[in-house]
Amino acid sequence: MATTITMPQLGETVTEGTVAQWLKNVGDTVEKYEAFVEVSTDKVNAEVPAPVSGTIVQIIAKEGETVPTGAPIAVIEEVGGAPAPSPSEQVAAGHAAPAPAPAAAPVQPAASHAGGNGKVANAPEVLRRVSPAVRRLAREHGVDLAAIRGSGTGGRITANDVLAAASEGPAAAVAATLTAAPAEPARSAPRPAAPAAVPGETLPLTQARKIIAQRMLESKQTAPHAWTMVEVDVTTLWAWRAREKDRFARDYGVPLTLLPFFIRAVVESLKAFPLMNARFTGEGILVHKQAHVGIAVALNGNLIVPVVRDADTLSIAGIAVAAGRIIERARAGKLGADDLTGGTFTVNNTGANGSIMSAPIINGGQAGIVTMEAVVKRPVVVKGDAIAIRSMMNVCLSLDHRVVDGAVASGFLVDLRKRLEAMDGSGTL
Amino acid sequence: MAVSAPTKTMNNVEAVRETLHDALVRDERTLIMGEDVGARGNVFLITKGFLEEFGPKRIIDTPLAEASIVGVAVGMAMEGLRPIAEIQFADFIYPAFNQIVGEAAKTRYRSNGDYTCPLVIRTPYGGGVRGALSHSVSIEALFYHVPGLKILAPSTPADIKGLLTAAIEDPDPVLFLEHKKTYRSVKGEVPEGYYTIPIGKADVKKQGSQLTVVSYGYNLHQALDAATRLEDEGLSVEVIDLRSIRPMDRTTILESLRKTRKLLIIHEDNKFGGIGAEISAMVVEEAFFDLDAPIRRLCGPDVPAMGYAQPLEEEFMISTDAMAQAMRDLVAF
Repeated sequence: MATTITMPQLGETVTEGTVAQWLKNVGDTVEKYEAFVEVSTDKVNAEVPAPVSGTIVQIIAKEGETVPTGAPIAVIEEVGGAPAPSPSEQVAAGHAAPAPAPAAAPVQPAASHAGGNGKVANAPEVLRRVSPAVRRLAREHGVDLAAIRGSGTGGRITANDVLAAASEGPAAAVAATLTAAPAEPARSAPRPAAPAAVPGETLPLTQARKIIAQRMLESKQTAPHAWTMVEVDVTTLWAWRAREKDRFARDYGVPLTLLPFFIRAVVESLKAFPLMNARFTGEGILVHKQAHVGIAVALNGNLIVPVVRDADTLSIAGIAVAAGRIIERARAGKLGADDLTGGTFTVNNTGANGSIMSAPIINGGQAGIVTMEAVVKRPVVVKGDAIAIRSMMNVCLSLDHRVVDGAVASGFLVDLRKRLEAMDGSGTL
Repeated sequence: MAVSAPTKTMNNVEAVRETLHDALVRDERTLIMGEDVGARGNVFLITKGFLEEFGPKRIIDTPLAEASIVGVAVGMAMEGLRPIAEIQFADFIYPAFNQIVGEAAKTRYRSNGDYTCPLVIRTPYGGGVRGALSHSVSIEALFYHVPGLKILAPSTPADIKGLLTAAIEDPDPVLFLEHKKTYRSVKGEVPEGYYTIPIGKADVKKQGSQLTVVSYGYNLHQALDAATRLEDEGLSVEVIDLRSIRPMDRTTILESLRKTRKLLIIHEDNKFGGIGAEISAMVVEEAFFDLDAPIRRLCGPDVPAMGYAQPLEEEFMISTDAMAQAMRDLVAF
């Protein structure tokens, strides 16, 4: 490293000095504190010691020249430093030959200085001190605390830091990852342009809305969705239900809808295609042993998914009662955390709203979600090329393509169709 | 409280006086008894002129015997009167402890509801007025533990009127605490005419978003000053006036805490086993996962009494600067 030597202030009132004599020439080495120039002022004459050890690479003030105090008079290339670009023609001419004594001073790579500053945040220390609120909010919003820079005392991550990170959303994180990757620089999706000045009313986000938005975005961004559909002839199933529904309502106190038949068929198909009752994890595909089936329910303008536990162990009647109870609890606002977690597959009764086809978003990292679309009477070609009026229902499936491919998904869906079409009242409820 | 009612500016002493006067006029079952409440008109002149106006059967000067003051009042209350007993300074309440805790608080339970004890015990408490060892104490924590007893500590004239009226009408015993340092230093608008404030409701005296402060008494006014001062630094502090110490308004505290996620409790009574300990425990039980910082308590020191010497008194009383600094620290945490 090059050190510029300046005219020293030899006395409080002195403002300038004259170079009386250079004791060293360009190319000479000097030791720290070794006299290398003689300076005269109107008060004193003095030999000036070198402030550093090194090689004189440039003399700026010539002998006899008077310069203000603080003005540069010479440049010394310090021992151990990287040689400066040749500051003068003399050096360039090869005069600077003498190598600095390697052992004279310890060599300190620049990197070790940077490391010694102690400014690098100790992430594990910070993470160990998260407050209960931070832990909860991070879990609710799916925020990775390791990726957040804390704004609190000592770099602590505050609840507001988590909320700020959550509002930026995984979109920002994903975009950052994609940009960092060498592949396609344009893949970080541009944010939609700010809406033009069209007047309107901004509805503040409720907590439920925020969570729904977050979960939907997360699912769409992490699970590559594929979609498929089958048509199911539910004429015999529909008739069976019609025969049983009055007695059932009387015996069990809950209405007999198509939902429990459907869930029963779904869990049987899940048994036949266990990969559909699974989830993608960093370690591999986790195949569940039990089937806990979530039911999408619209409640006060929000979507919630209460879970019927161990649906694979329940009869149609058992499912009807369990689902009836949990939906009732949901409407009464009495669901516990257990009622909303642990689902392994989800059923969405989109037909209840009249839909005949929908492409649902997968829920909670599961492998798939199926919809029951509206039952409609349609002319259908049946056995013997005859045309008959049948009660038809579309069943749609969104699948996480990381877990299963189309063959398995289609196999599952066709299996489900067969089971539904076979429900003709010969079995028990 | 009717918000549209015309108001009158008064200090806390005047609010107590007017409320007592109105109650004596409104209901002939009410009576006041205590040391110096008659001829002397109370040491703070709260009942001055009452003896002449209402007579010695309703304004009763008693001997210096606190156990008797409360004990007799308990009997009166059980038999249908509405006594308002005064303990001249809270520091003198200890001889009446058995009558308050052992008798008044248990009357309804012991008699299976056959008897109630509609008794109000008023007493000035708190320090910062050079009252020394025996005129400075805070007693709320000593009685806080007792089911069957209500404890109120309002600190504005309007709250005093509404809550003292509610206390006089309450069918069960109420310990009504009046902070001496607020008696003449705190003034405010008081609605004219009759109104009550429900017992057990805290009051958000200042809205804020970054920190919840719960306090009462003289400290409440300091906390409001500190929080207002911090607005200039861009800090948003919510200040809740507890007003009703028992029953405690959990809802208001929890709603605020869930918004700000940080809690500072300030009271002059000493820290160990104090009101702040109960609030803190309640919040941890009910809202642990909403907390973004350790709960902090700023309280009087655990020393036997407030000294007379100015430096000792200042050391005991919490300064507004200390409150502001605690607020800053918690917001930044």
